[in-house]
Order: sequence, then structure tokens, then C-alpha cells
Amino acid sequence: MKFYWLFRKDLQSELRTRYAINALGMFIVVTISVILFSIGQEKITQNLSGGLFWVVVFFSAMSGLSRAFVSEEERGTVLTLQLMSDPNTVLGGKLLFNIVLVFSMNIFIALLYSALFDVFVIKNLPMFLLAFVLGNLGIGISSTLIAAIIAKANTKGTLYPVLSFPILLPLFLTLIEITKKAMEGVPFDEGFIEIATLVSYDVVMVAAGFMLFDLVWKE
Amino acid sequence: MNDNYSIEISDLTKVFGSRIIFNKINFKRDTPGLAGIAGPNGSGKSTLVKVIAGLLTQSSGTIKHYLGGKEVHQNSVYSVVGFASPYVYLYDEFSALENLEISMKIRGLKPDQENFKALLDRFTLWPRRNDPVKAYSSGMKQRLKLIFSVIHSPGLIIWDEPTANLDSDGKHRVYELASELAKESIVVFATNEETEIGMCSEVINILDYKNNK
Repeated sequence: MKFYWLFRKDLQSELRTRYAINALGMFIVVTISVILFSIGQEKITQNLSGGLFWVVVFFSAMSGLSRAFVSEEERGTVLTLQLMSDPNTVLGGKLLFNIVLVFSMNIFIALLYSALFDVFVIKNLPMFLLAFVLGNLGIGISSTLIAAIIAKANTKGTLYPVLSFPILLPLFLTLIEITKKAMEGVPFDEGFIEIATLVSYDVVMVAAGFMLFDLVWKE
Repeated sequence: MNDNYSIEISDLTKVFGSRIIFNKINFKRDTPGLAGIAGPNGSGKSTLVKVIAGLLTQSSGTIKHYLGGKEVHQNSVYSVVGFASPYVYLYDEFSALENLEISMKIRGLKPDQENFKALLDRFTLWPRRNDPVKAYSSGMKQRLKLIFSVIHSPGLIIWDEPTANLDSDGKHRVYELASELAKESIVVFATNEETEIGMCSEVINILDYKNNK
């Protein structure tokens, strides 16, 4: 339960400082507005709207999810954290915080997106929801690990999306594919390969995270 | 305080590139008391205490912490070490009391409100216990860091420049607390203050470990 208290600390801290929430909220609104303005009166296809949804998710994640570790580094509290917890507690707490943040962020994006884009209609909702949950877990896990890696670098802002892109690419390609299938309303078993890929991705990232975090965390 | 804590440092070496920070330090202690690490500014005192506390990895050599005769795993060193220094920062958005409670809970320990009150009182912080740390002066922050380093009753307490930013009253309170803690724990000062070095029964002068073979 130690990681839960670390998560609580991060949540309380976030609610007081609004370090990530404000940036994320503004970024989501601005990104969706830019897409709306650039489309204008044009009709976009269903497939394109599904792809654009995950583009918004990717860039929003890049704008806010590095904060879990970067804020500790910028405030000089990394040593404090190392003095009161072991690496697994830190990773567990930060992971839980980022997963909660990803879910909140992506639910907000999904609601806003559905309200503004008529063509974004999901015909196989259970399939999309399962992919959405697995995808959010994958984004949360990967972004936490990458945030830990880049936190000590001088060029954090640039490094984060650059490092994230190759790691998140297989996840997003799978998510785009399964979203397309869910929008077309294909039966659940036709999306089995994508679901299995998402589960595998999440398991591999969690396992790699807990195995490698020690090396990243200590100088 | 922790019973039966001991530490054993063997051939501890740290180099940055081609620069030797310290070379082959050997130190062993299994009884409570005050020990000092002395050396001028930039000599590597902070690097040495960070390595001992497990915050930095050494280039070679070993550090073994024992509790009740059993070696403490590398990832659990935080539970037997208390550490305070000017470069450790507490969470500004939380109050003093919240910082102490959070650190105990994250350590998996139950917050001891009576102990918090006694320590905060001792360092004259109790009346400001609910103020966010960002409203504290640098001296108040330093006092709080010292409290943070001892609330979990560690066997090894490392204070790097413990009296930095403190007035004479604050310094007096630090020395008094250190003497009390040293009855049951190993307290290490990393300092170049002569008063602090004078309190220590054993002193490592880091300059002796620069060019030794």
C-alpha cells in the first residue's frame, strides 16, 4: 500500500498546484479546435475521424504525462522521494497517478470529440471500450517510464515526444486499427488479434518497467 | 531508535571521469555515536554522504548496512538511513505536518503525532505546523528537513551541513538533538564547521582519500 500513499501525495499535490491538469485541459481544447478549424465545411470520413481521435490523444499525452517525474526533478524533490521509498513504490505510485490522469484525459477527449464530430460513431461499443481501456493502460505505463528516463535531461520537452514516438507507435497503430473496426461494427472476434496485441503490449511494458526502473531511478 | 544497526564501508571509491573524488575509504561502526566527514568546499563530502545513503552509486567498493545482524537490501537502505542537507527539498505545497505525515505513510509507517509535536516544538515550528512550506524562511525549512530525517527512527542519521541557514539558537538546538540521537544511533556530520567536527568521536578527512593507494 506504500505506492498508494505516493499516489495520494501526487494527487493532492496536483489538485493544489494544477501542474498537469491545466496544461492538459488547455491542450485538448486547443488541439480539437485546430482540427475543427482546419476541416472547416469539409466532410471527413469515419476512418479519418478515428485516426484523428488518437492523434489528439497522443499529443495531449505528450503535453502532460511527463510531469509525474519532471515536476519532482524541477522542484528538487527527487532526493526526498529516494529517501523515503524504494524504486518499486515510486514506480507503482507514479504509474497509478499517470493511469488515472490518462483515463481522465481520454474520457474528456472522447466526450468532447463525440460531441463535435458527427462522423465519430462507434458501432461496436464493447470492442472500442476494451481497446480504450487497454490503450489507456499502455499509454500510462509507457509515458511513466519515458518520463522517468527524460526527467534528468536538459531538453526534456523535446526528448519526451521523440523517445515516446517509437515506443508508442505499435500501440497507436493497433488502437487506430481496432477503432476503425469498432466504427465499422465488425464482430468482436475479428478484433481479437488487436486486443491480444494490446494486452501483450501492456504486460511487456509493465514487466520491463519494474525490471528496469532501478537503473533509471538511481544515479 | 534502531537497535543493532551497524555499517561497514570497504574500499569505497568514487571517480567522475578522471577526477578522483575519494579513493578506498574504509570505515566500520557498530556502536552509536557522532562521526564526522570533514573537508573543504568542493572536496566531495556531499558525494560521499550521498553514496553512503544509497542516493548515488559508487565507482567501486562496498557499503553494507546491517540491522539486527542482517544485511539491509540495497533497495531498503532508505528505511535505516535519515538524511538532511540543504539540497534536499520538501514539498512546498504541503504544510510541515503534511510533509511529515506523507513521508511516514510512504515509508509504510504509522504517523506518530506525539513525536511530530515534540520535534516541531523543539525546533519552534509547532505554531506554523499548518502553513505551507513555501511560506517558510530558509532557516525554518532547514529545521524541518532535520526533523524529516529522524522521524522514522533510523539507525544512521546523516546531516550534510546541518547548520546551514540556521541562527545561533537553531545551531544550539541541532547540537543538542544530535547529542541525544547519538546515544542510540550513528549520527554523521558532513561539515567544515569546527564546532561540529569537535563534537565527533571519529572523523574522516576526505582529503586523506584523494591520493592514497
